[in-house]
Amino acid sequence: MRAALSAIEVLRPRGLSHALELIASEPQPVPLAGGTDLFVALNAGAEPRTRFLDLSPLAALRGIRSSREGVTIGSLTTFREIREHAGLRHLPALVAAAAEVGGWQIQNRATLGGNIANASPAGDALPVLLAHEARVKIASVRGEREIAIDRLFTGYRQLAIERDELIVSIHVPWPTRGAVALFRKVGTRRAQSISKVVFCGVLHVAGRGMERVRLAYGSMAPVPVRARAAENALEGSALPAPQGAGSPGSPDVSESSAAAARRALSKDLAPIDDIRSDRDYRMDIAGRLIEQLLRVAAFSPRR
Amino acid sequence: MSRPIRVTMTVNGRRRHVTVPAMKRLRDVLREDLKLSGSKEGCGEGECGACSVLIDGKSVNSCLVPAAQASGARIVTIEGLARGRRLSALQRAFIELGGAQCGICTPGMLITATELLQRAKGRVPGDQEVREALAGNLCRCTGYQKIVDAVRAAARTRVSAKRAKARPRAAAARTRVSAKRSARPKTRRP
Repeated sequence: MRAALSAIEVLRPRGLSHALELIASEPQPVPLAGGTDLFVALNAGAEPRTRFLDLSPLAALRGIRSSREGVTIGSLTTFREIREHAGLRHLPALVAAAAEVGGWQIQNRATLGGNIANASPAGDALPVLLAHEARVKIASVRGEREIAIDRLFTGYRQLAIERDELIVSIHVPWPTRGAVALFRKVGTRRAQSISKVVFCGVLHVAGRGMERVRLAYGSMAPVPVRARAAENALEGSALPAPQGAGSPGSPDVSESSAAAARRALSKDLAPIDDIRSDRDYRMDIAGRLIEQLLRVAAFSPRR
Repeated sequence: MSRPIRVTMTVNGRRRHVTVPAMKRLRDVLREDLKLSGSKEGCGEGECGACSVLIDGKSVNSCLVPAAQASGARIVTIEGLARGRRLSALQRAFIELGGAQCGICTPGMLITATELLQRAKGRVPGDQEVREALAGNLCRCTGYQKIVDAVRAAARTRVSAKRAKARPRAAAARTRVSAKRSARPKTRRP
């Protein structure tokens, strides 16, 4: 480990209000949850900050609570807990994302709040939260506030969270009845790799039409983003219908709206060439993921 | 400057106390302070799984865990899998089926496989299930197939060992039934 251990100070809060006092103190400490991102930087000697606030004693940041409106997930909830919680079966895309975040060792430690706070454009759970229109509860000594997830990511690894604020919980509203959700992570290998493209789409259906469409991408812009132009291209058009014995590979998707959505993606996304992939490949995959979502919808049972 | 903290944890069934910097990695506490050098460091960034240990039954990368967060935890390292000189079913299967070659990944593989078998609760996990569970443990020697085979073979021995334990009672039950049957008057004898 390249960090100078004796120079590092770790604060252990007694409770949430104590933690909020500590994080407001100077020099402001860095919150430490599962450590799966922070320790990579510490081990590499790439973390210059030396004062940390250990969140692990804070019971107030744990737990998954369901209500009629949706589910509220404590920021310290691990991906393992998300994967296994029976109450999250109505959010299959979130469970799927939790099952593909790193290997078991990472899932057993990494937290949903940490995934948000780390604000990586490739954060696996972030497109899921965007496509489900999650709200994030944030607290400081000045009080609590809620912010819609799509207003949270303001720039590369930048959040609309002040340095004296802590993420308390994430509220995910239940999808409407009959909604179709798809999570896809496209990477070099299936597990434990950083995404070339990560995607979540949610289709809210009314009758035979796509009433509300939410498409969100990671690794396609400096921040995780909603693809609003593509959403508009799909909204209001008819749901693709499975044609008799047609195979999942060739359904009669309303070709025109799908094609329009693919074209619109160039307004929504700005991928780069980097060590993991290149711009053209990423754009191609991003478009195909919309088509896959429509195919999944075409073959989903109507409720 | 910060003072070291006192950390108490249960390691392989023994209560241990160490006084270490709060952000010292659990991997270094185990290897340097407790002289348990079985857990290796491969990458130091949570990719390879060579440093895996169990914390409260869950496999974690000990290179990403600060000592402060191991306080009060129940930790099992590779040194804690055998009972005295008797290796665990997983360890024996790795030896018998060639699941270990150079040995660097082996302690981590065995730790995560231990969590898998505990979660499987007597069921033999499928090939894909084992591969998914071990996705965070990289091996550069075996090509993985022998590791997967060893994990499934160990699961099968555990399952048959459980059945063997249950058998004496089942056998006794059968004896009682046949005793009853033979006691029944045989009226249909010609």
